[in-house]
Amino acid sequence: MAYELVIGLETHVELNTESKIFCSCGGHSSPQEPNDCVCPACCGMPGMLPVMNKRVVELAATAGLMLNCEINRYTTFDKKNYYYPDLPCAYQITQLNHPICTNGLVKVKTAAGERDIRIKQIHMEEDAGKLVHGGNSSFVDFNRTSVPLIEIVTQPDFRSPEEVVTYLGKLKSMFKSTGISECEEGAMRCDVNISVREEGTEEFGVRSEIKNMSSFEAIDRAIRYEAQRHMDALEFGTEELVQETRRFDDVSGKTFAMRNKETEADYRYFPDPNLMPIVIDDEWLEQIKANKPVALDEKAEAYAEAGISDKEIAMLMSEHTVAKLLDDVIALGCNAKDAASWILTDCAGILRKAGLKLKDLSITAEGLSFLIKLVDSGKLNRGAAKKTLIAVIENGADPEKFVDEQGFLVEIDNSMIESVIDKAIESNPQAVEDYKAGKEKALMAIFGACMKELKGSGDPQVIRAMLIEKLSK
Amino acid sequence: MKYYRAKINDKGTIAVDDMVLLKDNLSTAGSHILEGYKPLFSAEAVERLEKNGYEISGKTNVGEFSLDLVGEFSYYNEFEDGETLKGSAAELVAKGEVKAALGVDMNGSTRRAAALSDVAFLKPTYGTVSRYGIISCAASGEQLGVYAKDADTIAEVMTVIAGNDKKDGTSLPDVSYLYDTNADVNSAKVCIVKELYDLADDATKAKLYNYAESLKAQGVEVTEISTDIFSKANTAWQILMCAETCNNVSRYDGVKYGYRSENYRNIDELYVNSRTEGFNFLTKAVILYGSDVLSKSRYADCYDKALKVRRVVADFMKELFSTYSAVLIPACSKTEYAQYDIKDAFTKVYEESVFTAVPNLIGTPALATGGVQLLGDHFAESTLLSLSKIVERKGE
Repeated sequence: MAYELVIGLETHVELNTESKIFCSCGGHSSPQEPNDCVCPACCGMPGMLPVMNKRVVELAATAGLMLNCEINRYTTFDKKNYYYPDLPCAYQITQLNHPICTNGLVKVKTAAGERDIRIKQIHMEEDAGKLVHGGNSSFVDFNRTSVPLIEIVTQPDFRSPEEVVTYLGKLKSMFKSTGISECEEGAMRCDVNISVREEGTEEFGVRSEIKNMSSFEAIDRAIRYEAQRHMDALEFGTEELVQETRRFDDVSGKTFAMRNKETEADYRYFPDPNLMPIVIDDEWLEQIKANKPVALDEKAEAYAEAGISDKEIAMLMSEHTVAKLLDDVIALGCNAKDAASWILTDCAGILRKAGLKLKDLSITAEGLSFLIKLVDSGKLNRGAAKKTLIAVIENGADPEKFVDEQGFLVEIDNSMIESVIDKAIESNPQAVEDYKAGKEKALMAIFGACMKELKGSGDPQVIRAMLIEKLSK
Repeated sequence: MKYYRAKINDKGTIAVDDMVLLKDNLSTAGSHILEGYKPLFSAEAVERLEKNGYEISGKTNVGEFSLDLVGEFSYYNEFEDGETLKGSAAELVAKGEVKAALGVDMNGSTRRAAALSDVAFLKPTYGTVSRYGIISCAASGEQLGVYAKDADTIAEVMTVIAGNDKKDGTSLPDVSYLYDTNADVNSAKVCIVKELYDLADDATKAKLYNYAESLKAQGVEVTEISTDIFSKANTAWQILMCAETCNNVSRYDGVKYGYRSENYRNIDELYVNSRTEGFNFLTKAVILYGSDVLSKSRYADCYDKALKVRRVVADFMKELFSTYSAVLIPACSKTEYAQYDIKDAFTKVYEESVFTAVPNLIGTPALATGGVQLLGDHFAESTLLSLSKIVERKGE
């Protein structure tokens, strides 16, 4: 019999904020020993109250906009009760009734075709701490408690592990390239809801939920194992399927039951009275929309239009700091295609030789645009520009100072240019005549002769203007 | 009876009850489960008092998490045999050993204690005094208030402690509030609630009658109304209060601080035994009740319905306060409580809270004074204080 896989995902993503969701402790990216990033609030001492970090709302809404969700203007927090030593208050603050985003849509393209994955909701919540086991004891590290998360819940719209992995890859590059999340190891975790039904039927099969996986590879294997287990049960009656929560064991490649419906915890959710409802008014939403980093698809399209190659676009998509550098350099008035090539060919080459990665590129947009403009205007030749880049990348030199110290700037002598122009006019009488007769194109022949003579030095704009002026006399 | 956990110092002017954190001093909410707990910071109200030159005298006992009538079930308290029940902060104020005391009003114990000791206690409008640094139980209705002998002292202390605090997300935006004890209330209209009057014993009825007469003598119009909203409000508040308390005390698990059982072999036993040994019978009853009303099968019928009742009560009271400046009711049914068995505590407190629950449920102010209680609309503290002052003056 032919079976169809039905999969829904709950994906937790750590948000890239400077402080935790309800207190002013540093976020997850601060360097830390166990329990050095905690305060009385995030380790559950009495008397402390949660105070909402506005940035979390903005990042969550931004993620929602990127996933084509509706942003709910009225959003509230709920408390979820359960005991575990890594949860200092014995409750987690999360959103149940009024999540910040609902009804989104993501297109997922695999070899089997394109599929619409509906996003049911995105909600904000706090992370729990970490348990470290050693010898006969267990230790609790609260550094991660109250680190802000969003949980993205899809409808059961996936039909294959490929679609799941493609979707997760898409989320990861989307969030990483826009700085919403660093998406480091463990910063993106997934619960997979999976069931199997006869192909062509509408009714869902018995569902398993596989908890807390972070590697895409493990998720892929877990889905394949679980699908097979379900199909065996349906086809050969190997076991009776029950709705339950399972965990995936990476070593054996199998899933194991954790708890079933009967023993499932009742989390006794209720609205958190310590956090007032958040109202996102028009002004705030417009601000969030205006600050939304351009989504990957749109961005890639814009890059392609500017003449940037597919290979270069792929590099830009994987490193949001580099994409930002490029955007900034373009904003400072440089040509997109040239700037991309400076970053992704010249700088990338120097980095490679120095054993560094693209994300280690330390040059500022101002510094890079300064060099590019000098080269464009002929005041700096490419060789000297490359030497400057090496000094900047390897030794942290200041581009402006370095160019100055090294005497790289080519002195432009206007009288020399003038004589070159005169000579070009003299040796191209036909073109001069044509131009004066109104053939604009003829100017290029004379201009080209000038530039050839000047060997690329001098600002083309200035030279062109001087040439036109002379011809108009 | 022990009044306090830390010794009252000579210069002391203000005591704080044991629900309020005092940096580096034992702050235990009257519970074994917080034995030895010394906080790293003081409550915002304490900070403000100290900044304004007030000295904190020390801490007064409360019943475990302030869930009882007036403080009779503190792990640290001792009543002599046959001694009637008194609240320690209220007693201390009554004896003149401190100028004022801070207490957390959550389920009426503060107002009952004030009435029994014949001092005043103001439970302010929700959100006007920071809850930062109080040992939170029922976050949606608890509020830090002030015990003192008279309205003027309450107004003085309130002026210092009230006002926005960024560390409390429920704190209202105003940076300060004015407390006027001399507002013109001589032509005010006050109502008495028949159903609550009927629940009181004769001595309490007499107090209420006398208070009403004193108001009338000053030109205040006093009328009687009939409504069953108070008992409905009480049921709703007990549901919310138990649920929120159950949730908030779940952090006391023996893992991080406070009391940990010596008798455990694994994490489940550590939780169960620490909490079984650390909480008293009343707290356990509240936890069970609160856990029940939040459970999947009961949420819609209990917790969610209580939230709806809260709205109905708020609307009703808003309407009532558009006619009357204040409601005059007992603060408790008796003028004296005898000692009793803790197994009866849950029911007893439930019954007595019919007088105190409305202000907790809807966040309005209440003033226990002269052995009775005045309820007012949101931000009507000045009206309540001024009404009580015209009665105080008459007594002089």
